[in-house]
Amino acid sequence: MAMLGKHGKAKRAAENLAAVTRWKLVPEWVEPWRARLSEWNKRTRIWRRRLLLFLAVVGPGVITSNVDNDAGGISVYSQAGAMYGYALLWSLIPMTIALYVTEEMCARMGVVTGKGLSDLIREEFGFRPTFFIILAGLVVDMGNVAAEFAGVAASMQIFGISKYISVPIAALAVWFLVMGGTSRVVEKIFLAACVLYLSYVASAILAKPDWLLAAKSTVIPSMQFNGGYLLMLTALIGTTIAPWQFFYLQAGFVEKRVARRQYKQARADVMVGSISCMAIVFFIIVCTAATLHVSGHLVINDASEAAQSLVPLAGKWAGSLFAFGLLNASLFAASILPLSTAHVICEGMGFEAGMDHKFNDAPIFYSLYTGMILVGAAVILIPNAPLQKILVFSQVGNGIWLPVVLVFMLLLVNRRDLMGDQVNTSTFNLIAWITVIGVIALTFVLVYVTLFHSGSVPGLSP
Amino acid sequence: MLHATDLLGGEAYDRDGHFVGHITELFIEPADQPNRVARALLGRGKYLPLVARYDNFAFVAPGVLRLNVEEKQLEHYQPNEGWLAMRKDLLDQQIIDTNGRKVVRVNDIDLSENRTNGTVELRVTQVDVGLTGAARRLLHGVASPELVRSLARKLPTRVILWEFVNLIEPDPLRRVKLRITPQKLERMHPADLADIMEKLSPVERQSIVASVDEETAAEALAELDKRLTTQIVETMDPERAADILEEMDPDQAADVLAGLTPESSREVLREMPGEDAREVRELLKFDENSAGGMMNTDFIYVGEKSTRDEVVAWIREKDVNLEQLDTVFLIDEDAIYSGAVPVGRLLFAPAGERMESLKTEPLLSVLPDADQKEVFEIFDKYNLHSLAVVNEAGHPMGAIEVDDVVTRLRNR
Repeated sequence: MAMLGKHGKAKRAAENLAAVTRWKLVPEWVEPWRARLSEWNKRTRIWRRRLLLFLAVVGPGVITSNVDNDAGGISVYSQAGAMYGYALLWSLIPMTIALYVTEEMCARMGVVTGKGLSDLIREEFGFRPTFFIILAGLVVDMGNVAAEFAGVAASMQIFGISKYISVPIAALAVWFLVMGGTSRVVEKIFLAACVLYLSYVASAILAKPDWLLAAKSTVIPSMQFNGGYLLMLTALIGTTIAPWQFFYLQAGFVEKRVARRQYKQARADVMVGSISCMAIVFFIIVCTAATLHVSGHLVINDASEAAQSLVPLAGKWAGSLFAFGLLNASLFAASILPLSTAHVICEGMGFEAGMDHKFNDAPIFYSLYTGMILVGAAVILIPNAPLQKILVFSQVGNGIWLPVVLVFMLLLVNRRDLMGDQVNTSTFNLIAWITVIGVIALTFVLVYVTLFHSGSVPGLSP
Repeated sequence: MLHATDLLGGEAYDRDGHFVGHITELFIEPADQPNRVARALLGRGKYLPLVARYDNFAFVAPGVLRLNVEEKQLEHYQPNEGWLAMRKDLLDQQIIDTNGRKVVRVNDIDLSENRTNGTVELRVTQVDVGLTGAARRLLHGVASPELVRSLARKLPTRVILWEFVNLIEPDPLRRVKLRITPQKLERMHPADLADIMEKLSPVERQSIVASVDEETAAEALAELDKRLTTQIVETMDPERAADILEEMDPDQAADVLAGLTPESSREVLREMPGEDAREVRELLKFDENSAGGMMNTDFIYVGEKSTRDEVVAWIREKDVNLEQLDTVFLIDEDAIYSGAVPVGRLLFAPAGERMESLKTEPLLSVLPDADQKEVFEIFDKYNLHSLAVVNEAGHPMGAIEVDDVVTRLRNR
């Protein structure tokens, strides 16, 4: 007769006896520390529980906001710091607000309706609008993906590795991550990548900036009314708010099956994301402002040039950390952008989507992802690729796509039949509409200037 | 064959050839006929829209509808919840394909034309969820009809017959008016229904659970992702939740309750009849990852001295889930667990054979506090389908089934 449970219990009893005797062998002075630890455990229980609840939900907000700081974004921020020093820092607080307001609406829609943004647009506005949004998304994001791989190539070049080695390896790594990973594993990796952005903080500290001046410039607005300044301002805002973020964010909360009662945690996730994103921007601008601007090196064309120029001014570490930050950002964005686009297309057209599916269950989703990476990487590997033209093109495309998506979002989030009592309050609506109109206006300016006056701003010229 | 895309937006003319309005909507009246296009809504810009009935349709072609009455004979439009609107309720919405057992989005609707004494009868035949419908929606009005048709011919078709279409309607009153019945959903395998429910929004999931009977709801919820089950049960009335949990096996009900907040769990338990609530409460005491947390307290045990025929007759009388029955457990005169008899042996044993001679060797059991890893090992080593769980005195408390083991192993 085999009563296995009993055997296990007897074994455990014997082990417990050994443990008790072992404890007695531990010196007396350990005891007060143990007591303090259990006291601490008891007192922080509620706090720890809240943290765990938050950690269960955190992810989409932090990831989406941080991917904002991709290769293109870092280039713009470096240029802003180099050319205008600390003078543009005041725009960060309004930008954080704009980012939070728009992202929060998507988070709310995702949690309340349980559907992605593409799904909602299809159900409420019909087939054709959805199709055009998807087409615009595909085209613009392809350009962005190419830009990310360009960032990988440029940052690795600083470390002496040719783009013909770094780009294919990066493409393979990014491809394997999504093909093989589940959404939870990939999310954890992305969150780790977010932490690596702290290299910019280190870089900024090494640049020995004037912290007081930087702080003052962040809080006190200072407008200069010359063309270049205004354009740089517009470009800053343009790179911060991109349509693909909204689709990815909402799909993230839907895939995580965040419940309505966890909404507060989701909102906290978005808030942490927006603030951390803008904090990194602050450090990037401060870094180049303290070094390049101060030394008169006002004009740089992109982020890798910034990293290289940092070396003589702030030391090898500062430059390396900056370049590493660029590599991290580019890889990160190169994985997320195609993912977001694949989601948008599949949701809108009614195909299966999501990393948790096997290839055969969601063939179109995975094929789209693979295709975008292949095209993005291939474009960069072509010798003398017209990279600037591609960047400009995707910036313009973004500018055209963004207003449409923002307006759709605002219309959807105010629909009582969709959102129940979670529609926008009038105050929120006021802030949201002002933000949206402001962003749209600035984006139009950016598009107009990029197309017709591109000579006036370095880095934006074709 | 006509399509909804061909007609919506088209022009309607009355008997005398005067333009009446644009076809903005087509309605089906499920209470009357489940697939006939009963009404057409004609929009007239700033004037109030008019409604034409099915017996007013004289001629139909892509983009054109000719009526057999004068404009002044048409009624004014009054919104009616009992009418199913093709553009608002069907196109671009998600529906359940009860044949293919999945959730799909409607791209277009196919209609059949039937001429009967002067009028044209339009009926919905099937729903297009594939590329042909998508292409038609995209190019309608932009490219010439011939181009659209030839393109549509080249693309692969995916359609669902109207009789397999199950609409998703969260409002229970409207469900009644639209004659949306849950029978097809109730006939589906619970795992397929759970799969479908995972694709829907929380409100739609709630409406499915509300519309099917308790047994189907219980089976589907047992197969559903634990997070979703928790969300659904928390949003429900405690009485309805209790009704559904009663239909589940006690261990499944305990799993569901374990996921709720303590207050919600208590509310639901209060609504359950004493016997069931007690059983579930007992199970809730065990750790999730122990044998006690895996076991089912609903199992068959008979005296070892009973004969094969007595046992078979007894099982016939009891309300037993025959699909899940694979082992009959034995107890001796002191109610101590004494063996397991596979149903296969029971089937072929001669009538008077005593149960104790049919039991398998060796005699296996676990205590409720045994770790689930031990349980997995035993199942694997002895190739078991069921394993008895006994308390310290040796009395049987429950049984662990192999499907629970498989589910747990997959979720690790």
